[in-house]
Amino acid sequence: METNSVITAEGLTKRYHHQIAVDGLSFRVKEGEIFGFLGPNGAGKTTTLLMLLGLSRPAAGSASVCGFDPQRKAMEVKRLVGYLPENVGYYSEMDAVQTLEFIADLNGMSRKEAGRKIHDVIELVGLGESARKKVGAYSRGMKQRLGIAEVLLKDPRILFLDEPTLGLDPDGAIRLIELVQSLNRQRNITVLLSSHHLHQVQRISHRVGIMIRGKMVAEGSIDELAREKFGVGDKEYTLEEIYMKYFQEV
Amino acid sequence: MNGLFAVYRKELADYFSSYRFVILFALIAMVSFITSYMAGISLRESLAQDAKGSRFLFLMLFSTAGARFSMIQFVAFFGPLMGLFLGFDAINRERAQGTLVKIVSQPIYRDAVINGKFLAGATVITVMIVAVVLVIAGFGLTLLGVVPEVEEVLRLAVYVAISIFYVSFWLGVSILFSILFRSTATSALASVAAWILFSFVVFFGASAVANAVAPVEKEDVDLQTVMRNVRITEAVSIFSPMVLYMNSTATIIDPKVNTTKSLVLQGQWEQILSARFQSPLSLGQSLIVVIPYVISLVAISLICFAVSYIVFMVQEIRV
Repeated sequence: METNSVITAEGLTKRYHHQIAVDGLSFRVKEGEIFGFLGPNGAGKTTTLLMLLGLSRPAAGSASVCGFDPQRKAMEVKRLVGYLPENVGYYSEMDAVQTLEFIADLNGMSRKEAGRKIHDVIELVGLGESARKKVGAYSRGMKQRLGIAEVLLKDPRILFLDEPTLGLDPDGAIRLIELVQSLNRQRNITVLLSSHHLHQVQRISHRVGIMIRGKMVAEGSIDELAREKFGVGDKEYTLEEIYMKYFQEV
Repeated sequence: MNGLFAVYRKELADYFSSYRFVILFALIAMVSFITSYMAGISLRESLAQDAKGSRFLFLMLFSTAGARFSMIQFVAFFGPLMGLFLGFDAINRERAQGTLVKIVSQPIYRDAVINGKFLAGATVITVMIVAVVLVIAGFGLTLLGVVPEVEEVLRLAVYVAISIFYVSFWLGVSILFSILFRSTATSALASVAAWILFSFVVFFGASAVANAVAPVEKEDVDLQTVMRNVRITEAVSIFSPMVLYMNSTATIIDPKVNTTKSLVLQGQWEQILSARFQSPLSLGQSLIVVIPYVISLVAISLICFAVSYIVFMVQEIRV
């Protein structure tokens, strides 16, 4: 079954002070899938996400998100994509409702529309009881769930989640991952998930891409990658073993 | 105007609920209260001696130095601090706490962030200055029992407008530093350093430079050297926004000042005229005298804001 790709990158390149962060990166993400975006620290994953959002200007190459060029049509892209940055920050003196009201305001929602949506997303991510607590008093898990609520507020077609489970306890991480999976299934939201927790990625991803030193060294379903490296399917090998194999080869 | 008003509203709410604002406002209200009280007392005494009663008594409440300095001198010296305190961590705090990326990944233009912050700061400045001037005015009404003329009210309005621009210039400077420096401590320090440099070093350094180029301390100096000295002093001190501000408010708040030139630089006729006609300038004429300074003040504010704007727009959002 061939579905449309909602994200395509062709030869994306980014340099910081003559150091190459992203080096001719090309990949595709299909509509309605969860794409596991893997790679060691400093491989250029976050830079890639910023370029796909139009927040960073590539030195070369092109990208398309839902048919829009992020460099030219950043507004359209940002309307469709919910981005949860790594180590996202919050205004500690606001509570969850105020935080979401600000985000709704930035998205140009009317007060009435915002009020209803805020209620919905708070219930969805399970922050109902702490909605009026100051974010400064939140645990890390609660903050990440608030982050998910923020990105869901604009009814995104695509989610960019950059290390969403970093620093969460196992229980919190699993709940977050399950939330992402249910969003993908129920609302058909395409998810680009960057993470180091490979077993979690393996659990929910349809396809993965492994990015090392600015290049995509592998892209495909875990089964395909396992066959390519070991000659057997993913029943025999975990994503972790596949990842290490690629990593050692580079 | 995508997002501009969202940022503006949030920033304004932040300012008004912050301790920073309360402390700043208390400080400024206190000092302006004291200066106007001093001015009021000394005005009352001089009125008692000289019962002729001059015009523009009400304005003298702002321009008379009671014990130490007058209200306008106070704003000239410490008004900048108000702008600096409001803006020194505008961008780098957002960057440090990880909220900047979040905001700019919403469907807003990037400049909405900086415009919204600047406008919110300028609004706070306007509120503060207007409030302080009204407090002093009310205070003067009870202390002196003098009702302001229409022209005095107009002059005060012009003075308030110029002051808002002056303090907003420093707000722009501090926002620029908050974009350039990652750490809020560094940007605060840089802002204060810039304030000291342009307000004090340039101000006092101007005469030092002039004396080095055209020394007037020695005996038998000719008129040429004196004039050169004064010219150089004025040329150098024009680089200080404080001097620009003092020059532009001088004739507005004190109508008897009918030129911003120093005595040496006035031509013979000018001297005769100003000695002959001691009557105050009309508001229109006062405006003509100060308009070059006002324009310079507006220009440097805009330049400063434009620089911050450009730097912020091309800066990588991540680093």
